[in-house]
Amino acid sequence: MRNLLWAIPLFPLIGFLINGLVYLLSHRTKGETHGHGGGYGTDAHTAATAPDTAHDTGHDPGHHEIPFKGLHTVVGVGSVVIACVLAFGAIFDIGLKAFSEGASHSITLWRWIPLAVNQAVGQIPGSAGEWFVDVTLRIDSLSALMLAFVTFVGSLIHLYSVGYMGHEEGFGRFFAYLNLFMFAMLVLVLGGNFLLLFVGWEGVGLCSYLLIGYYYEKNYAADAGKKAFVVNRIGDFGFILGIFGVFGLFGSLDFQKVFAAAAANPAAYTPYMTVICLLLFVGACGKSAQFPLYVWLPDAMAGPTPVSALIHAATMVTAGVYMIARCNVFFRLAPNAMIVVAIVGAFTALFAATIGVAQNDIKKVLAYSTVSQLGYMFLACGVGAFAEGMFHVTTHAFFKACLFLGAGSVIHAMGGEQDIRRMGGLAGKIPRTYRTFLIATLTISGVPFLAAFFSKDAIKAAVFHAEFQAVPWLPKLLYAVALFTAGLTAFYMFRLLTLTFWGHFRGTKEQEHHVHESPATMTIPLIVLAFLSIVSGYVGVPIIEHGDRIGEFLRPIRLPIAGMPERVHHAPLSIELGLMAAAVAVASIGIYLAWSWYSKGEGRTPARLAAEWPGVYRAVAHKYFVDEAYEKVFVRGLALDGGRFLWEVDATVVDLIPNGAAAVTRGASWMAAAFDQYVVDGLVNGVAYALQSLFQLFRRAQTGRVQNYALVMGGGLFCLVAVYLLFR
Amino acid sequence: MSDGVLLTGGAGVLFAVLAAVALASAIAVVVARSPVHSALFLLLSFVLVAAIFILQQAEFVGAVQMLVYAGGIMVLFLFVVMLVNPGVTRSEKSFQHQWDVAVVLLPIFLLPFLYILGTEKLPDVPVKAEAFRMVGTRVVGNTEAVSWVLFRDYLVPFEVASVFLLVAMIGAVVLGKRSLEKMD
Amino acid sequence: MTITINHYLIVSFLLFSIGFLGVLVRRNFLTILMSIELMLNAVNLNLIAFSRRLSDLTGQVFSIFVITIAAGEAAIGLALTISFFRQKKTLDVEEAHTMQG
Repeated sequence: MRNLLWAIPLFPLIGFLINGLVYLLSHRTKGETHGHGGGYGTDAHTAATAPDTAHDTGHDPGHHEIPFKGLHTVVGVGSVVIACVLAFGAIFDIGLKAFSEGASHSITLWRWIPLAVNQAVGQIPGSAGEWFVDVTLRIDSLSALMLAFVTFVGSLIHLYSVGYMGHEEGFGRFFAYLNLFMFAMLVLVLGGNFLLLFVGWEGVGLCSYLLIGYYYEKNYAADAGKKAFVVNRIGDFGFILGIFGVFGLFGSLDFQKVFAAAAANPAAYTPYMTVICLLLFVGACGKSAQFPLYVWLPDAMAGPTPVSALIHAATMVTAGVYMIARCNVFFRLAPNAMIVVAIVGAFTALFAATIGVAQNDIKKVLAYSTVSQLGYMFLACGVGAFAEGMFHVTTHAFFKACLFLGAGSVIHAMGGEQDIRRMGGLAGKIPRTYRTFLIATLTISGVPFLAAFFSKDAIKAAVFHAEFQAVPWLPKLLYAVALFTAGLTAFYMFRLLTLTFWGHFRGTKEQEHHVHESPATMTIPLIVLAFLSIVSGYVGVPIIEHGDRIGEFLRPIRLPIAGMPERVHHAPLSIELGLMAAAVAVASIGIYLAWSWYSKGEGRTPARLAAEWPGVYRAVAHKYFVDEAYEKVFVRGLALDGGRFLWEVDATVVDLIPNGAAAVTRGASWMAAAFDQYVVDGLVNGVAYALQSLFQLFRRAQTGRVQNYALVMGGGLFCLVAVYLLFR
Repeated sequence: MSDGVLLTGGAGVLFAVLAAVALASAIAVVVARSPVHSALFLLLSFVLVAAIFILQQAEFVGAVQMLVYAGGIMVLFLFVVMLVNPGVTRSEKSFQHQWDVAVVLLPIFLLPFLYILGTEKLPDVPVKAEAFRMVGTRVVGNTEAVSWVLFRDYLVPFEVASVFLLVAMIGAVVLGKRSLEKMD
Repeated sequence: MTITINHYLIVSFLLFSIGFLGVLVRRNFLTILMSIELMLNAVNLNLIAFSRRLSDLTGQVFSIFVITIAAGEAAIGLALTISFFRQKKTLDVEEAHTMQG
């Protein structure tokens, strides 16, 4: 079975080809009668029925006969199920025990890029220095873990999509894209070197773009797709620079060779590692939606819900964590980069969780929750707890997929409604969805003995015990942030659950009449995922001897670095239990507040709070104006009047400072006012003026005339050659 | 011939003449007002460069240069000049507004390359007289020697180049067709 | 008169510079394309000279590839010229400034 590794990505690829071709051919003829030139454009009915609120189930009254629906179903789901069977076959063929002892298996399909470079150039003693890239698929414990849940969750979501997308005209197109995504994701996971990882990385990015823009005839979906694509390019730029750095330094991109070389001879590589790790981390930030590149993920919810579940929650967005765990040798050699990773992770977790509190779109809440949980995973990686991070990746894949699919089931039942203010009381009407959603919500909130309790607890314990030599007080602060975020998570998730399923129905009569339980193809995946959200945590039980199976399973990934002793931490049992108790207490507070405010109080308390602190509420509800800021600075800033942006910041965000200050220090309000008047305004106006002049300069550079650009290119050439001549 | 000397005597003088005329006609391409004149000077420049190739025993490349550039691309250029209205192509000003800046800056930008030319030393290997006519130890024509390298060592790039040409052809057809559709 | 590789490189350098200058200063779309062809030709000259100097046929093979690319580039460029002309009724690239900020 292990030698069939190449067949695992092959089947989804075949599925993509068949589905894509059949769809294209079957829609070519239709398109002509329709009057369009191409084959697309027959999904127009979804646009016609779509109200203003984001809505993605195609409930149109006139059911079309979808051509080749059976074929698309069999090929689309079948190919992924076969890949899943092959994947588990390969994993069990090698054996879990063998994996945890460091077994791996690789097949080299062909030599991809042979380079005949001068062997002596850029080569450090101990590096591979082979200067070629092979197409190598490799399975070791880390990729086995990813492979297992990617193919399994992927199969379930494909099955779910059969029901969810059943009425869509673009059924075949959807499955073609989804299969292509599975192919790219499997290449990403199985790739045995950085370049193949990058191929998969770009492939999943492309599919993400295609699927976010699935309802391409609607502007917001097309725009969201473009946004995701552009933001990801920023990250990918950093990533590929990092890959260049690795290739230049080691003369190889093969994971095994590169990491072995770095671990064997750390002194030679350490000086370069901070730069390389930060570049790789920029890539991870883009793909895994970390601050400040997270903005695409909430918008990505414009895609169909199964896509949100599969790509934007369970698999693709965790690729960044996977990559960092894969490169753990590098990161351990670069403690400063680790600190950056930890801080960005913790900040993203907190930041996204606070935004999630004020969202009213069921999918947006889950999206911000995903960003927040990804922040957790990066926090884990940043403190060196790579196995714990991957543990959370795994449990998160199950419960977040379950939440998203549950949300999809709710949206399906509500006929496309996504606003939780117009739901309520659905528990009795769609009981299976409700039960599974409840389980997943309890899991993500950190209720004891469910999956995320163990994985989050492992992360928090690792953060608590972490040691940063440069900033010794940082781990405790990060722990506090993580703990507070856990409380927020419990709060907004129960707010979501309460508003959606409890209380009384707040939608229209028509919607109430329409509500119905989803078909079995949708509920079966929900039940399986809910079950896994309960049990998947037991692979990493702390305290008990040999309880942390997943840590042992992933241990071979963490190569011992020469001259760097592995710190084995055995905290006293009392501290471990204390940390758990704190986590449970915080989660309980969050759940209780959400329940009492939204279930009993019918939202009076939050309304009062929002009225009392309008500035804070506005900032949170508008996601801290980050999108607006990006729009102003990057999208229009260079083309239009960039300087105006800061004047608007002055008018909106900075007003918060006086607002907040006045509330907190009412006694010394005259001081705050004076501060506001002279210091803040003066500062902001000054900076605004400076930036305005700067943006004017940039703006003048954008003449739109190609020849100006060509001249500037000549200048760039001059600089490059001059630098080369000076430093050769 | 050793010490990196490529041409001597009459051949050297011929090279100097050919090069001087080629450069002059290149300047004429850039400064000529009418695109038709530019195209004709470009043709002259191509032919002279092809002659320089042949001086260097690169007969095959010289022939390809004549056929593809002089024969193919130039005809294409002249067709396009004919297709677009010649009255419009002869615009009021032939130079655009940044020309003065460009004339000053470009030499500065290219200075480092002259510096490299002046300082860089090539490995001192002798020039082999018959290198372009050899396949292994056999002496054949230049065309055969090139084709051995092209079809044996560079077969894959060659095929890629053919795919590239196909793509370019389709692209050109699509671009031309689309603008025709817009006209309707 | 003895000619070494440096003479070739200087000729090629000048040819390239003239081509680059043409790209930078001309208004006419067609002349810009022709200047690009000049630059490619300069590259070819370089390749041939080095190929001769190092007695290696690879340079000749690559100059054939460069000619191939130039042919493709000319085809696409001229198609673009026609497209551009149909839209703007002129060949003046100064008219193409939709990207202006």
